[in-house]
Amino acid sequence: MNRFVYLDYNATTPLHPEVKRTLAEGFDIYGNASSMHSSGRRAAEKIEEARGIVAAFLGAEPGEIIFTGGGSESNNTVLNMIDCGSGRCSCVSRGRKGLLTTTIEHPSVINAAEFLAHKGVPVTFLPVDGEGKLDMEEFEAALSSDTALVSVMLGNNEIGTLQDIKTITRLAHSRGALMHTDAVQAVGKVPINVRELDVDFLSFSAHKLYGPKGVGILYVRKGAPFCTFIHGGHQEEGRRAGTYNTLGIIGLGKAIEVAGLEMRDEVAKLWSLREKLREGLLEKVPDIHINGHPSDTLPGTLNVSFRGAEGEAMLLYLDMHGIQVSTGSACASGSLEPSPVLLATGAAAELAHGSLRFSLGRETTEADIDYVLEVLPPVMRKIRTMSTVYSAGR
Amino acid sequence: MSNEWVYTDTVKDHFVNPRNILEDEASYAEDGKGTVGNIKCGDQMLLAIKVKDGRIEECKWKTYGCASAIASTSMLSEIVKGMSLEEAYRITPAEITARLGGLPEHKFHCSVLGDKALRAAIEDYYKRTGQDSKIPRENARAICRCMAVTDKDIEKAVREGARTWLDLQNKTKIGTVCGSCKTEAVKLIDEYVHLYG
Repeated sequence: MNRFVYLDYNATTPLHPEVKRTLAEGFDIYGNASSMHSSGRRAAEKIEEARGIVAAFLGAEPGEIIFTGGGSESNNTVLNMIDCGSGRCSCVSRGRKGLLTTTIEHPSVINAAEFLAHKGVPVTFLPVDGEGKLDMEEFEAALSSDTALVSVMLGNNEIGTLQDIKTITRLAHSRGALMHTDAVQAVGKVPINVRELDVDFLSFSAHKLYGPKGVGILYVRKGAPFCTFIHGGHQEEGRRAGTYNTLGIIGLGKAIEVAGLEMRDEVAKLWSLREKLREGLLEKVPDIHINGHPSDTLPGTLNVSFRGAEGEAMLLYLDMHGIQVSTGSACASGSLEPSPVLLATGAAAELAHGSLRFSLGRETTEADIDYVLEVLPPVMRKIRTMSTVYSAGR
Repeated sequence: MSNEWVYTDTVKDHFVNPRNILEDEASYAEDGKGTVGNIKCGDQMLLAIKVKDGRIEECKWKTYGCASAIASTSMLSEIVKGMSLEEAYRITPAEITARLGGLPEHKFHCSVLGDKALRAAIEDYYKRTGQDSKIPRENARAICRCMAVTDKDIEKAVREGARTWLDLQNKTKIGTVCGSCKTEAVKLIDEYVHLYG
């Protein structure tokens, strides 16, 4: 009998039961939070409650938290501040122009950065090493008095590698540059305190942490320059227009509140299941390579390359057994290029095409991992039997 | 589509139960063998045929690739059984795709390798049996009319190492007059690089 094993939590997560309950209760809060009457005030109260929870969780002040439409919007808001061209805001650029980021960022940073480059902003994509860590020497060499902003993700969505944001921020600030981190995958999985990290901007999205889709946050350090990305009403103190997504924000707040209570046990469980999966695969499947950093990694992420096998074929065979994962293969994405993240770590194209990402979450159990370890070896034997690059007996 | 799968039931069937896999490559006494594709691009195919009286008696294969690539090769190996070499040589990707009940648009290129591998295997058979003269001479298609450069010339240039438009111009003088063929030529470079690595 097939089990249903969802191992794609880095793509998105199911709602936490507590969040679901809170959302159901929130359906009746329909007032526009900007309205002065009691319905409006009730909605506003709920929103401010959520803001307080998020702020406390990140070590920030409520006024430093802006609710957005998700991680991509938060990232675009920050990058858009470079060279915004408006003479009336306290633009991030402050006479500086350059953006430093990495080759393994989420597409919402990479593509926003490329858009800036087309507008004439000097953009540098910094390389990472074989385990996905930012090359600090290259970073220091690239950092100049013209660097307006440094944007480096905290935890990588594909390979899980964590960056030393504290050190990167210290270096960025020492040259007068501002610092942004995309923490979409990291919030709730590694301890984050914005004061300790000292970043100026931080992005997060609720749906990666058992909250609803289409809502996120942007942390903006008090006193940091800021230009509005979405113009309109006076919501979020004029920093992000659009009627408050009351329900989404309430759900986000609950997700963070629950994470605060469950995070410690959850992280320990994720790490132990991830290690069980890693050790089991190494033991049962020959000729594989674990991608990413061995210890500085998101606790529930395991990226593995299987020599001689193509990712989409693996993904679909596993899906038939009820196991849902993702791959860095080009064929699964519809492009001809395999995962840019894996290629950036210096992985050969074959290993990028043959990669699977297992991302574990709060509903993953030991039995799920046992099931994967039972299903995957014969699937791999089957694929390798018909593979041109994997001759028999190897 | 009636099911939740991105592929047709026929594709799924050939993907789950691939026919005619070449499991004993070392001991298989094929009459002709061809390999095309490039691991870098994510797919590679090997086809081995046994020939009797000018017809394909058996066709076995190996594929490194996605579900469409696996299903296409499997389907092809069934289609060609019993076919004359001349007939088999003319099989097109469109025919293979049609027999599979179609492929999603962005997957069509995955079926392109099968017929190329088959041609390579048939050509190999002709060479092994001293019948080189039977290898069909395909009509070349003019790509650059100004400098009279054909698709065959581009294929040859890629096999000799050309990888970019500039490489191609150095080798063939293509597009050095009006330049209107560039888009098509660059597409062909990509296609041949995919085939020959």
